[in-house]
Amino acid sequence: MKVVVDMNKCQDHGQCVFAAPDVFSLDDAGHLVYVSDPDDALRDEVEEAADVCPLQAIRIEG
Amino acid sequence: MNARIVVAGASMAGLRAAEQLRAAGWTGAITVVGDEPHMPYNRPPLSKEVLAGKVPFESLAFRPRASVSDVEWRLGRRVVSAGLDERTVRLDDGGALSYDGLVVATGMRPRRLNCPGPLAGRHTVRTLDDAQGLREELTRPGARVVVVGAGFIGCEVAATAVGLGVAEVTVVDPLPLPMAGPLGELLGRALLARHEDRGVRFALGVGVAGFTGEDRVTGVVLSDGSVLPADVVVESVGSVANTEWLDGNGLDLRDGVLTDELLRVGGRPEVVAVGDVARFPNARYDGVPRRVEHWSIPTDSAKHAAKALVRHLSGEQEESTPFAPLPTFWSDQHDFRLQSFGAPVLGKDDVRVLDGDSDGDVLVGYHRDGRLVGVVALGGQAVAASAARYRTELLKQPALTV
Repeated sequence: MKVVVDMNKCQDHGQCVFAAPDVFSLDDAGHLVYVSDPDDALRDEVEEAADVCPLQAIRIEG
Repeated sequence: MNARIVVAGASMAGLRAAEQLRAAGWTGAITVVGDEPHMPYNRPPLSKEVLAGKVPFESLAFRPRASVSDVEWRLGRRVVSAGLDERTVRLDDGGALSYDGLVVATGMRPRRLNCPGPLAGRHTVRTLDDAQGLREELTRPGARVVVVGAGFIGCEVAATAVGLGVAEVTVVDPLPLPMAGPLGELLGRALLARHEDRGVRFALGVGVAGFTGEDRVTGVVLSDGSVLPADVVVESVGSVANTEWLDGNGLDLRDGVLTDELLRVGGRPEVVAVGDVARFPNARYDGVPRRVEHWSIPTDSAKHAAKALVRHLSGEQEESTPFAPLPTFWSDQHDFRLQSFGAPVLGKDDVRVLDGDSDGDVLVGYHRDGRLVGVVALGGQAVAASAARYRTELLKQPALTV
């Protein structure tokens, strides 16, 4: 599974961090960092993260 | 015969319902009926980025999951009535659909002011087409704008209008402070000051009596008799639930459609309601059924309701976990953000500053019976992130009993 976040859209709401803490986090400055090739076992939580992104900036490929 | 679930409403709640029905294992047919001509799209940018012209309308469309590629979308069609005993809905083209399961996702429409005066020049912001029409008028040189209603939408629109450089923006509300209904006085005062500093004018403690103008609006008549000149009026005075189509089924439709704690309607396990039309008791709080117009609710409620509905239709053991979402919302205005977790409205009588002060970035806690029930951050990214740290605490709390 490949995760792509459109960083031009992302506004660091952090809702994805609640949904998929193994994949998304906010750094000390409050900005998003993420794992772009998470294990397939995390698909449910990554899908939920994509659902709850207020900017709909998260795309799942494959 | 192929079993079918009808989803009435093709907005975010309708899309999420369809996706979650598939995720819950429903392999039968799904038909989604919605009155807008567009596929489901994201509404929050309508009062901000879309109005400001920063993003094209096309970028708002949700990307539906692959699992719903076989869903039938009947767009530009409205459900006009339902016979829940017969398990049938009727559409505005005279057609009918029978169903095994029904998802009520018809949402809300803007409430309109019912007072004398012309209609032209008066806007609401609910749909893509609304936002497009409003943007055209806001960008006319020298436009004077009056926003009626100092809630979140009204204040977002006022902030966007200032950002667009319109000549004058005035927000009118019968209450003495903006957004104080949901947020309380402390933040209401802080928000008033911030908006005024950034060029928004306010006429507070006064209502609207009517509009001047022949063919189109030229001014807003206030209840004290004064008149605010206006080329564009935005009415952001709340919303009305789209439930008329459910009339005649013995349901409680006083404010949205009443559900039980599993989001079931009228004691019928084959009918569920999702999104902001659903008036549900939140097991996390006092059990009083409320509609919740937060962006997170369609997704949360669709997940819960779809699971319950599919379990019922598949003859599995009925879902028994009550729907108990932790409410969360945000609002972007000017250069600041409001970020909320929990239910501040339940703790408005005991508001404490948890961090910062109300002139700058501030984190506010709302308490009921001494217990934290909600936090709201006002300011930049750092304070919004600090609000998130209270989320875990709010999630862990036992149900609030009254």
